[in-house]
Amino acid sequence: MLRLLASREALLLGAIAVLLALIATRFPAFVAPSNLAGVFNDTAPLILLAIGQMIVILTKCIDLSVAANLALTGMVVAMINVAAPGVPVVVILAVAIGLGTLLGMVNGILVWKLDIPPIVVTLGTMTIFRGIIFLLSEGSWVNSHEMSPAFKAFPRAEILGQPVLSWIAVLAVILFAVVMTRTSLGRAFYAVGGNPHAATYTGIDVGKTQFWAFTISGALAGLTGYLWVSRYAVAYVDIASGFELDVVAACVIGGISIAGGIGTVGGALLGAIFLGVIKNALPVVNISPFWQLAISGSAIIIAVAVNARASRSKGRIILKTAEHAA
Amino acid sequence: MTTTTDASTGRHIPDRLRSPLEARLKSWESLLLLVAIAIFIANSLASPYFLNAWNLSDATFNFTEKAMIGFAMALLIISGEIDLSVASIIALASTAMGAAVQFGVGTPGLVLIGLGTGLICGAFNGVLVTRMGLPSIVVTIGSMSLFRGISYIVLGDQAYGGYPSSFAFFGQGYVWWVISFEFALFAVLAVIYGVLLHKTNFGRAVYAIGNNATGAMFSGIRVERVKFTLFLLTGLMSGLAAICLTSRLGSTRPSIGFGWELEIVTMVVLGGVSILGGSGTIPGVVIAAFVMGLVTFGLGLLNVPGIVMSIVIGALLIGVIALPRLWAKWRA
Repeated sequence: MLRLLASREALLLGAIAVLLALIATRFPAFVAPSNLAGVFNDTAPLILLAIGQMIVILTKCIDLSVAANLALTGMVVAMINVAAPGVPVVVILAVAIGLGTLLGMVNGILVWKLDIPPIVVTLGTMTIFRGIIFLLSEGSWVNSHEMSPAFKAFPRAEILGQPVLSWIAVLAVILFAVVMTRTSLGRAFYAVGGNPHAATYTGIDVGKTQFWAFTISGALAGLTGYLWVSRYAVAYVDIASGFELDVVAACVIGGISIAGGIGTVGGALLGAIFLGVIKNALPVVNISPFWQLAISGSAIIIAVAVNARASRSKGRIILKTAEHAA
Repeated sequence: MTTTTDASTGRHIPDRLRSPLEARLKSWESLLLLVAIAIFIANSLASPYFLNAWNLSDATFNFTEKAMIGFAMALLIISGEIDLSVASIIALASTAMGAAVQFGVGTPGLVLIGLGTGLICGAFNGVLVTRMGLPSIVVTIGSMSLFRGISYIVLGDQAYGGYPSSFAFFGQGYVWWVISFEFALFAVLAVIYGVLLHKTNFGRAVYAIGNNATGAMFSGIRVERVKFTLFLLTGLMSGLAAICLTSRLGSTRPSIGFGWELEIVTMVVLGGVSILGGSGTIPGVVIAAFVMGLVTFGLGLLNVPGIVMSIVIGALLIGVIALPRLWAKWRA
């Protein structure tokens, strides 16, 4: 019981509860169930991307191209919708996930087959994806009135009183919670990040596992690309610009170790919700939205500092103490 | 090259390996130099406006400010750390200078404030990484949001202007004919960082830490202190770049220098510095700066939009790292 209370997820859940309680003291309407559901719906894209990013970070990699992947996929499906408004949403969804997967595979291949550091690969593909959007769209926007009603309606359609966008996030959380804890691929992600050498000896192909991590991250980014563009009913070059940092921030806040091997889907979920609550609460408590960047920056630094303290090894470090004594 | 003589056998033991001409010709720097020359020739063939002293002088502004930070970043990456907050330090330093202008601070004061802000930001990153043992990539992703976030809190959608006319010299002045102050500063810094990295104990310590931090610690190098100094240097250079950029633009917006951290890291990696730490040279970074500056300027003369240039830069980043690896795989 004590260990459960001390776990990162419980701490974070507590932090979110305290945050909500503080807001509720002045603005009780914010914690009304309907508003909280709205906050969750607003945070759904971040949750989807954070799950993908978590898997990538577990394998000692990082994917900085997720937001650019989202924007490229979103632009492509928006342009398909403009060119052929009759294409059913199911096909659009398949195209979005397919294209996102493909873009993720490009990252994965470069990391797996050419052994290029992931940060370099995804920095490069991030700028390339954004550039391709410009080439495709010639810098123009796809606006709301050009999109078909069915295209825009999908994420808003309600099932059991909640929009589809929220349900997709819920499904993704459940699906990946099962994948990460109950399948050999899921365990392989942890093994590769925890100890690559040991993973190799147990017959896990480290590069290939990293490739799958990037593929999953890409697929989720592609799916989110369609959802983003249809929800906000606009597509242009710079949508979700800089969002990759929010995604990494959600993971770090959620207790996922940047060194790999440590993290849970629940952590990613709570990290994303924490950021989502802050983002939605700022205008309510009448703080300028310009504060948001500094607040999420501080949240990242505090989270990583707290996580490092919690996981500090208790072993003796002889030389360190000697150096300090000197 | 110094050699020690083993008295008992009379053999000469060199303290470092010789680098024969052939190895030097096959080095990364030579390859990069060829690329730079090829781009230069291609540019002069593609546009009649390229081969003009003043145009070329203008072209240097594309990279001088980024390269200043790039030198310090190269040392930091060689030591195995990274600083993604440099562009945000530019924004914060520029905002601090802009705010000071509103109180009537003169040019010398502005320079001190710019450099001071850079140092404080560098120290902030350095303390978190070396004192608290946090991973630099996460810390600086956080401080990247934090520093620029403070600029946004201060400025919102406003801008600072009204810099004194003497302040304009740093970004717009020329020391001799077409040689701008920025380019001269870039050249001087290139020499200083080249000497620092390649000719001093400090430079050897940076390599040692990047190759094996534990080994370096056991050989008596104060690893944390060296890393902290490197974060300070990177902050200082960002402050310097902020002075030049603010002076050149004549105004401060919170979005100033947005996305530069990626271009600077690209420049450093393109220059042959291993992102994993432990290897790289300053001449490599200098040539990479020219390559990036020439590519963006040449494409600009051909009216290629900036975002398309970013495709080229991104492809260049992946390509220059992938090609040697593909080549090695193909030969094996």
